[in-house]
Amino acid sequence: MSQTSVESAPVQASGGMKANFGWIVRHPIWAFVVMIFIFFSLMTDNFFSLGNFENILVQTSTLGLIALGMTIVMINGNIDLSVGAVVALAASLTVDIMGWPMFESWGNWQILPAVLAGIASGVLLGALNGLIVWKTGVDAFIVTLGAMLGVRGLVFVYTGEQSFFALNFAYSDFGASRFLGLPTLAWVFLIFTVLMHVLLSRTVHGSNTYAVGDNREAAVNAGIRVGPHMMINFMIVGFFAALAGITLSTQMGASTPNLGRDYELWVITATVLGGTKLTGGAGNIIGTFGGVLAIGILRNGMNLMQVPAFYVLVTLGVILIAVLFLDKQLNRQGEEELRL
Amino acid sequence: MTGFVERIRQGDAKGLIARNGIFIAFIAFMIAFGIGSDKFLSFNNLESVVRSSAMIGVMALGVTIVVISGNLDLSVGSMLSFGTVMVVDLHDKIGPGPAILVMMVCVLLLGAVNGFLIGFVRLNSLIVTLGMLSAIQGLTLIYSGGKNVDVDPSTQDLTWFRIFGRGEVAGVDMPIIIFFALAIVIGFVVAFTPYGRRVYAVGGNPTAAVFSGIRRNRVVFSTYLISAFCVGIASIILGSRVMGSQNNVGQGYELLVLASVILGGTSLLGGSGSILKTVIGVLILGFIQNGLLLLGYPYFAQWIVTWVVIILAVWLDVAAKRGRLLSPIA
Repeated sequence: MSQTSVESAPVQASGGMKANFGWIVRHPIWAFVVMIFIFFSLMTDNFFSLGNFENILVQTSTLGLIALGMTIVMINGNIDLSVGAVVALAASLTVDIMGWPMFESWGNWQILPAVLAGIASGVLLGALNGLIVWKTGVDAFIVTLGAMLGVRGLVFVYTGEQSFFALNFAYSDFGASRFLGLPTLAWVFLIFTVLMHVLLSRTVHGSNTYAVGDNREAAVNAGIRVGPHMMINFMIVGFFAALAGITLSTQMGASTPNLGRDYELWVITATVLGGTKLTGGAGNIIGTFGGVLAIGILRNGMNLMQVPAFYVLVTLGVILIAVLFLDKQLNRQGEEELRL
Repeated sequence: MTGFVERIRQGDAKGLIARNGIFIAFIAFMIAFGIGSDKFLSFNNLESVVRSSAMIGVMALGVTIVVISGNLDLSVGSMLSFGTVMVVDLHDKIGPGPAILVMMVCVLLLGAVNGFLIGFVRLNSLIVTLGMLSAIQGLTLIYSGGKNVDVDPSTQDLTWFRIFGRGEVAGVDMPIIIFFALAIVIGFVVAFTPYGRRVYAVGGNPTAAVFSGIRRNRVVFSTYLISAFCVGIASIILGSRVMGSQNNVGQGYELLVLASVILGGTSLLGGSGSILKTVIGVLILGFIQNGLLLLGYPYFAQWIVTWVVIILAVWLDVAAKRGRLLSPIA
């Protein structure tokens, strides 16, 4: 597992007792996941079953896929607020293009150009965001805030504020299909989680991601081409947002222009729960996966306990702040002592 | 605006454009739309644009102070839902006066939670207010039980509560008067009082501010109270105008408000910006929407234009500060 020097230093230094708890200190969210897992298993009849676990994986796969991309962008010290809008754009494009008359004779192959176009829209918008951040030096928060509004506007203008329905049923069948004993969408999420973990912890691009987020000046001096590097990461998050939009629309067999609203906030919540720092330089996929599962289990478990959805919102808000507070308490040692 | 006159005297056209890009963009927009549509510059149209921007504007005033002090407030949208639902719901139960009072106290308490966590516990403002966004949305739903609320239709025209959203003074709509009055008061406080200078100092360089004897925690805390106060006022305007409320009426407003603050030229890094610029930013957003509609573009085209305008505005600002157009990053 890859850790940045910032993360591992205080743990090694304190040694002894604390080292045993090192893993949990680095990933406090997993302690929480285990806690709520046990809690809901005891409190409800239906939580602890394979079918329900599959449910949770499928339900969170949309959020989870985007969170994978958000993690790499946030480790870079950037952020992407436009993911929710990209979800809607990719879903609308894919479902619409599938029904174009020019692909009518293609049979099920008509899905292929549609999906490619949907993915391409996400990657291109990511590239555009990245290019603007790189060339203008405007903060990613502002660039993607603008894109969030603008892309949502594009979706509404493109769709004429209409929902689209997938005419090819093979598309919605995919959303409900199973592969090797698991729902296909769960496989998609799990495989990309592993891939992103490898990318971040075992490749040069991964270590560059931490380096750029940790200290941009030093990364430049070390010969990393920071601009193109950040642009690639924005393309990755764009790819995941588009993929999430497509998997979401396969589940519904349709797309609406309002799809993915507020997703940016949920995804950031999941990623931050997972221990990724907004300031960059720290975070990893294991944590993010935990953060995504925490949200998924909470939603699912509270739903099974028939708690109204309102309380889930309050709980999530409180947990987000509590995790931030805990993180500050656990990692404050020696850090920013001088910060007043 | 500092240096405006000096720059004209020195003939520093480039600096003038870069520093005051937002004013020039504003005037350019007005001229372009005025030529494009003969209805655009009529008094009635201008009044309706300012009136419909007033609510976002009032919230943007508070958020501007928070941003100047170097933090963010993403919870204003949820807080608007909360305040509006509460004031509308309580109106029939305890009367308009107490309803406003109770709602303001509750909203200020929420602001105090924000301020405490960010000012005194020193947690990251983006995440705290993101958590509060979710929590307050939940609180609103718990409070209303998931139902929409409204003022009893038979009393809607009788209650004095209606003046905030529907009233007029000397032919000018009340929301506009509230917006500008609040803008003048807050603008004065930020620009000309010691408190205002402390806010800038904390946002510009927190460490230096503390070493010069400013109690950073209290200043940050107070900015969130002001932000919550503005949201409370906006809730009164909205509740009074609509005389009813959905549970999620403020959903998405946090980012629109932030967009108008940024559009005005207030830097997210803190330490710079002004209320006047935010007012211009709010008006630009309103006029873009109105002008594009009058020219026959679809409603959501305004968001696409806003996208371009925000990035150009901030780019110009950043480029002026570093003295070159493109970022030096390799």
